[in-house]
Amino acid sequence: MSLPVNLVVLVCLVYVAILFGVAFAGDWRARKNPGGWLSSPLVYTLSISIYCTSWTFFGAVGSAARGGLEFATIYLGPTIVFVGWWVFLRKLVTVGRVHNTTSIADLISARFGKDPTLGALITVMALVATAPYIALQLKALTDSFEVITLSAGTVSTANFEIRPNYVSGFWLAAGLCVFSIMFGVRNIDINERHHGVIAAIAVEAVVKLAALLTVGIWVVFGLAEIPSQVFDHAPVSLTNPQDAFGLRWVTLVFLAGAAVICLPRQFQVTVVENSGERHLRTASWLFPLYLFLISLFVIPIAVAGLDLLPVGSNPDLFVLTLPLARDHNTVAMFAFLGGFSSATSMVIVSSIALSTMISNHIVMPLALRFSLVPVASPQTVRSFILGVRRISILFILALGFLYFRLSGSSDALATIGLISFCGVAQFLPSLVSGLYWRRATHGGAIAGLAAGFLIWGYSLFLPSFEGSFILPAHIIEHGPFGIEWLKPQALLGLTGYDPLVHAMFWSMLANISLLVGVSMFSVPTPLARFQATLFVDVFRRRIEDEQRVIRRSARVGDLKRAAERILGNEEAMRLFQSANVRPNTLTASDALISLVEQRLAANIGAASARSLISSVVTSETISVEELRQLAGEAERIRAYSAELERKTRQIERGAQELARANDRLREIDAQKDEFLSQVSHEVRTPMTSIRSFSDILLKNPDLDGTQKARFLRIIQDESLRLTRLLDGILDLNQMENGTDDWVATSFDPEATLDQAVESCEAFAQGSGVKIKRSGNAKKIEVRGNSDKLAQVFINLIANSIKFNDNPNPVVTISSLSRNGAYEVRVADNGPGIPESDRERVFDKFARGSIDRTVGSGLGLAISRQIVTKFEGTMLVTTSKAGGAEFIVRLPVHRRKAA
Amino acid sequence: MAGKRILLVEDEPNIVESLRFILEQAGFEVDVISDGNAALASVIADRPDAVVLDIMLPGMNGFDVLRAVRGDTKLASLPVIVLTAKGQPNDRKMAETIGATAFITKPFSNAEVIECVRSHAGS
Repeated sequence: MSLPVNLVVLVCLVYVAILFGVAFAGDWRARKNPGGWLSSPLVYTLSISIYCTSWTFFGAVGSAARGGLEFATIYLGPTIVFVGWWVFLRKLVTVGRVHNTTSIADLISARFGKDPTLGALITVMALVATAPYIALQLKALTDSFEVITLSAGTVSTANFEIRPNYVSGFWLAAGLCVFSIMFGVRNIDINERHHGVIAAIAVEAVVKLAALLTVGIWVVFGLAEIPSQVFDHAPVSLTNPQDAFGLRWVTLVFLAGAAVICLPRQFQVTVVENSGERHLRTASWLFPLYLFLISLFVIPIAVAGLDLLPVGSNPDLFVLTLPLARDHNTVAMFAFLGGFSSATSMVIVSSIALSTMISNHIVMPLALRFSLVPVASPQTVRSFILGVRRISILFILALGFLYFRLSGSSDALATIGLISFCGVAQFLPSLVSGLYWRRATHGGAIAGLAAGFLIWGYSLFLPSFEGSFILPAHIIEHGPFGIEWLKPQALLGLTGYDPLVHAMFWSMLANISLLVGVSMFSVPTPLARFQATLFVDVFRRRIEDEQRVIRRSARVGDLKRAAERILGNEEAMRLFQSANVRPNTLTASDALISLVEQRLAANIGAASARSLISSVVTSETISVEELRQLAGEAERIRAYSAELERKTRQIERGAQELARANDRLREIDAQKDEFLSQVSHEVRTPMTSIRSFSDILLKNPDLDGTQKARFLRIIQDESLRLTRLLDGILDLNQMENGTDDWVATSFDPEATLDQAVESCEAFAQGSGVKIKRSGNAKKIEVRGNSDKLAQVFINLIANSIKFNDNPNPVVTISSLSRNGAYEVRVADNGPGIPESDRERVFDKFARGSIDRTVGSGLGLAISRQIVTKFEGTMLVTTSKAGGAEFIVRLPVHRRKAA
Repeated sequence: MAGKRILLVEDEPNIVESLRFILEQAGFEVDVISDGNAALASVIADRPDAVVLDIMLPGMNGFDVLRAVRGDTKLASLPVIVLTAKGQPNDRKMAETIGATAFITKPFSNAEVIECVRSHAGS
C-alpha cells in the first residue's frame, strides 16, 4: 500500500503550519512572559535533541541491520559527554553566556584574541563539514517521500532500490530553505534568543520520539504474537558484541561525543540558547534519557525488517516500509512525520547557526574592511545583515544539495553523517585548550585547525565522492602520481584500517600536535593573553576586568553612531541610557566602550564588534603590566589555594596522628594507673602483716617463745615478699623499657633447661613433687640471653611445683625441636587453669594464679616479656593429666655443627 | 565481755592470723571465712554481731557481699567494717554509698581496728 502524494504533501504542509503557529505563539509568549515554560529546562533539553536527526530516525535502524551494535556508539558518545563531561560543559556554557557568544566560531575566535581569520576559517570548515549532513537530511527526506508514495508492489519487490530523485530533492531543499528563512532570520540579536524556533523544535523533538516509539511498540507488540519472537529471528551478527570496543567503536564514540559539542547547531542550542546552569543540570540526565528512549526499539525494528521484508530492502527505511508492508498507513504516516521532524529541525537550526557564522565571520569583516556596510541609515544596516543571513541560508542549502547531487548518495545514511562528525570534531582541540590551557595561542589554533581540516578533506571528505569531485578515482586508488604513501585512505602507508578510523587518527594527530607545538613556540598578543585569562578563569574573572587592562578613548558621538548602525536607533538609545551617559559628555569612558563592544558582539560576534569599535577608537593601549598582574593574580590564587589545600591536608594528617598518639598515651596512662593501684595493693598487703605483728609483739612482751618466733617469722617472710615484689617491678620495668643488661648470644637451650631443672630439684623434693624429664632436642642453638631463659624455666617449674595439690604430684618437662622452633612443655597434674583465665595469667598481678605469700605476682608477666624478646611465644593449655601445661616456643637460630 | 561474735572475711592468711589474735585478745569470738560467697551464707545463717570485711576476695568481692547484706532488711543494721588495701578515695566513697559502717585502710593500726569493732559491735 502507499499514500497519495497529495495527501502526504497536505499533511506535511499542515504540520509545518502548526509548527509556525507554535513558533509565533512561542515568540509572543516569550515577549509577554520572559520566565515562562518556554525557558524551562525541559524545552532546553528537547532542543538539544536536534542531535537526533533523520539519520538517527531512519539511519540507526539501517546501521543496526548492517553493523549490529555499532549504532549504539552514536548515542553513547553524547551520553558520556553529558554525564561525565559535565564540568567541561558547565564551563563552556558559562563562557558562552558571559561573553554573549553567537557561535562556536565566535567563541574560539574571541578566545584567541578576537581574530577574524580564525572565525572565518572555522566558518568555512563548519560549512564544508555540514554540507554532507544537510545532504543526508535531503536524502532521507526524498527517500522516505518516495517510499511512502510508491505502490506497495514496488516496496516488496526483492530487487527494489530507490534511485535518488534529484527533482524532489531539489524542491525539498527549496522548501526547507524558505522554511528556515521564515523561521530563523527575523531578528539579528542573538542575545534575544530564538524562543519561537526553540519552541517549534521542542514540539518536533516530541513528535519524532513519539513516532519512533510508536513504530517500535507496534513492531514488538503488534507484529509478533509474542514479543520475544522478534528476537528469536534475530541474526546472530546483529547483537554480536565482538565488534564492540574495537578501534572503530572507540572512534565512533569519540566522534559522537565531540559532535554533540562541536556541531554548529548543537553549539547553538546547548551554549548560545542556554539561559542558565540549572538548565544544563537537567539536560545532563534528561538528554541521555531521551537518547536511551529513542534508541530503545532500534534493534527490534531492524530484526523485524530483516525478517519480514524481502531481501535487499533498504534497511535505512525499515521504519517506514515495515508499517507500509503491513498496510498500517497511520503508523507509516506518523513515522514519516517523525522523520520529517528530525530532518527539518536539524536543517532549521543548522542554517540559523551557519548563517550567523557566515554573516558575522565572513561577510561582516569584509564589509567592515572595505566599507561595504551602507551607512545611510541604521535600518539599512539591519536589513543588510538580515539579507546576508537569508542569502547564507540559501547558500548553505545549495551546498547541501550539491553534495547530495555529487556524492551519488548511494551511501548509507550513517556513513555520510560520520564524515560530518569527523569534520566538526576538528574544533574540539581548540575549544578544549581554549578553556583550559592558558598557553594555547592563536597561531597554534589556526595551525591545528587548518591541518586537521585539510587531512579530513583529503582522506575522508573528498574520497566520499568516489572520484566524481576534485579527487579522481585513480588518486583514491593509487595516490597522486602513483605515490602509494600519499593515498588518501592509507596515508604514510597506514593501511588496513577503516577509512574513518584512519582519517580520525591522522587529522587529530596533526591537529593536536600542531596546536600544542605552535603554541609552545609562539607568543600571544596582549589581547589574546587577556582573553585567555577571561576564558580559562571564567569562574573567577569578571568581564569588567577588561577596563583594568584595555585603555581606550573614543568620542561618544562616534561610538553611538557605530552602535546605531548595528542595533538600530532605539536599541542604541536604550543602551546609552542604561549606561547613564550624560548628554553633553564628549569622551567615552573605558566602561562605556566595553559595554558597547559587548553589546555589539552579541549581534555580530566578538571579532567584528572589535573591528567596528576599533574604527571609532582614537587610541588604545593594552596595559601589559595590568595584564601580567591579572594573570599573576590568577596564578597566585591558584598556587595559594593549592598550597593551602596541601597544608590543610598536612595538618589534618598531623591531627590524626596526634589523636592516635593521644589515644595511645591515654591507654598507657590508664595502664600505669591500674599498675600503680595494683602495686599499691600488693605493697599494702605484706605491710599490713608487718605492721600488725610488730604492733602485737611490742604490746605483748610476755608472749610465749614459740608464738613470738612464729610472728617474727611472718614479719620476715612478708619483708622478703616485699623485696621480691620490688625486684620484680624493677625487672619488668627494665624489660619493658629495654634498659636491662640483656646480652644476646647463641646458646644451647637444652643446657639451660637442664640447669633450670636441676636447680628446682631440691625445692621439688622438699614439696614432695616428682620431676620427670622427657624428650630432648639436640644440636640446636637459639639466640638471646641464657640467664633470662633459665629464669623463665625456673619460674614455670616452680609454679607447677607450688600449685600442685595432687596427692601424687608430678611435673613433666619435655623438649623438642621441629619446624625451626625449639619447644619446651612444662606440664603438671595439679588443678589446671580454667579456659577463661588462660590469657589473664600472664597479666601482672593476675589473681588466682599466684600464691602471694611466695610469688611476686609478676613471674609469668616477666617470663612472657623474656620469651617475646626471644621472638618466641608462650601459652598455657591443659595437660594430659588435667593440670596446667605451659608451652614455650623459641625460633631456632641455627643448627649446631655435628 | 565474752559472747560478741565477729565474722572476719579475709583471704590473706597472715592478716587473718594477726586480726584473729588481736580480736580474741580483746575478748571477741572470731569466725574466719576467706571466700565471699561463703561469707554471705555465714552472715545469713550465723548472725554475727559484726563483720570485718576485706574487699579483694576470691569469688564474690567485698562490695558485692556488703550490697547483698544491706539488701536484706533483717541485716540492715548489722555493723560491717570494711578493710581494704586499695586506699583510693573512690573505694571509700563506694563503701559509704552501699552502707559500710566503717572503713579502714590497710596497713591499719591494731588499736584502730579494736576501737572500731568495739564501738560498733558493743562490748
